[in-house]
Amino acid sequence: MADSLTTAPIPTETQTQLFHYVVQLADTSLILAHRLSEWCGHGPILEQDLALANIALDFLGEARSYYQYAAELEGQGRTEDDLAYLRSAVEYRNPLLVEQPNGDFAATIVRQFIYDTFHYHLLQQLQAGPDTQLAAIAEKSVKEAAYHLKWSSEWVIRLGDGTEESRRRVEQAIAGLWRYAGELTTPNPTEKELQAAGLVPDYTAMLPQMEAHIARVFAEATLPVPQGVFMQKGGKDGRHTEYLGYLLTELQYMQRTYPGLTW
Amino acid sequence: METLELTQEEQFQARIDADIRIEPKDWMPDAYRKTLIRQISQHAHSELVGMLPEGNWITRAPSLKRKSILLAKVQDEAGHGLYLYSAAETLGASRDQMLADLHSGKAKYSSIFNYPTLSWADMGCVGWLVDGAAILNQVPLCRTSYGPYARAMVRVCKEESFHQRQGFEIMQTLCEGAPTQKAMAQEALNRWWWPTLMMFGPADADSPNTAQSMNWRIKRFTNDELRQKFVDMMVPQAEFLGLTVPDEKVQWNDTKNGYDFGDVDWEEFWNVVKGNGLCNQERLGARVKAHEEGAWVREAAMAHAEKRKARG
Repeated sequence: MADSLTTAPIPTETQTQLFHYVVQLADTSLILAHRLSEWCGHGPILEQDLALANIALDFLGEARSYYQYAAELEGQGRTEDDLAYLRSAVEYRNPLLVEQPNGDFAATIVRQFIYDTFHYHLLQQLQAGPDTQLAAIAEKSVKEAAYHLKWSSEWVIRLGDGTEESRRRVEQAIAGLWRYAGELTTPNPTEKELQAAGLVPDYTAMLPQMEAHIARVFAEATLPVPQGVFMQKGGKDGRHTEYLGYLLTELQYMQRTYPGLTW
Repeated sequence: METLELTQEEQFQARIDADIRIEPKDWMPDAYRKTLIRQISQHAHSELVGMLPEGNWITRAPSLKRKSILLAKVQDEAGHGLYLYSAAETLGASRDQMLADLHSGKAKYSSIFNYPTLSWADMGCVGWLVDGAAILNQVPLCRTSYGPYARAMVRVCKEESFHQRQGFEIMQTLCEGAPTQKAMAQEALNRWWWPTLMMFGPADADSPNTAQSMNWRIKRFTNDELRQKFVDMMVPQAEFLGLTVPDEKVQWNDTKNGYDFGDVDWEEFWNVVKGNGLCNQERLGARVKAHEEGAWVREAAMAHAEKRKARG
């Protein structure tokens, strides 16, 4: 990592890229929180209803921290709510994975497991990174992320090595969602630039640990790790699946219907 | 020959009268046990079903802060459900059976949740009025005679009073905001006022279980007493907000040192209890759907646990 950056002032162009990156992190956490919160009151068992809401709350809290920091970096007087509620789908920077619909519990678990594996390893790096604000947010969130990863890993194992039906469902979920995993660790132009500046971790360095975790969990779940899947991407550059538009319509309904009011 | 020995039932009543808590292993009359299981499970079901009308607005909350508070609040309700099911289990009821009774329609839940939430102001009204009414019902339950129920209610009440404050705060923000927001608040109050008055249950004259429950100190105030307290508490709060309670008969009465108010529409109340409220089918339907669609998940978890156990 470029340790000289810890003291040098960040050039303006990098600051703009950092703003985009922090918004990307914020969008990702918010969209995933939104999807998870859709389960609230509809979970398969009361204890898991609580767990899903808990995880949604963690992601929502993390999203707010990123949006607040992004607003500060931008310095244009926008607030966390302006960033969340007044941008269109093509301006949203979340990877495609997190906007995918909940589907059945197996799809929610697989989506969560894929993201948690990346998220936990990302935060571990970010908390040791040169940007003190990002490091502080990551340090707080990594504890939550460790719990999320434990939770979703245990469920992949239970569903994979549970009943015939649960295995069929989890396999189906993997077949539908694995194609969105690659985008997480494929840097877009913003991430490439920030990686060069040492502000964003090098994803290739994270891959061995992530793959080892996936291999361990899938082995215990008696599931094969998918190979040679064609990976979709585009969300981080604003090219989304059709699901995001509907999600934002709901999320932004109040702010769009009653512009400029305080709630 | 006269005996000084008290029967089990007399000893039980003596403990109740002395305000000594009844605990799970203590002897208790069957009817006391049945009444408690009915009441606690109904209360647990109300928490569970009560997640739905507010859950309806989580994805549409107008700010990230409001979204976060609302989600935490609905999650609290799931937590209350858990404490209460556990309290009922100490009486020998099983959660599966209690849920089966909810799903078959045999067990009831609070009728208030059969009303729809139509605007953001409903999140204010549910917190301010519905949770306000729930607190009046529930605070006396912190002193109810059955120990596990009373202790569960201490935790529930602490969280409910936070919920009520945040509901009032939503209303206050609306009332201090733009005219459209104030109108939204008034419209929501118009819809929620009467149904919340119904939350205290039928008039005392039509509440056959009250006397026995009071005698067992499961209940400490009658339905009408609590309804009067609620009106006395809420009318000044509505005035403070600049809102009008939708009841022309509301008027301060010096003699009774409380407000007079109009008659509750008991026909509507009984209709909703019988299942004819606007959302009865949707609410129960959502619970049954979640339970049925969750069956394979619960089976998988059990099957996996058994496989692990077998492997040692």
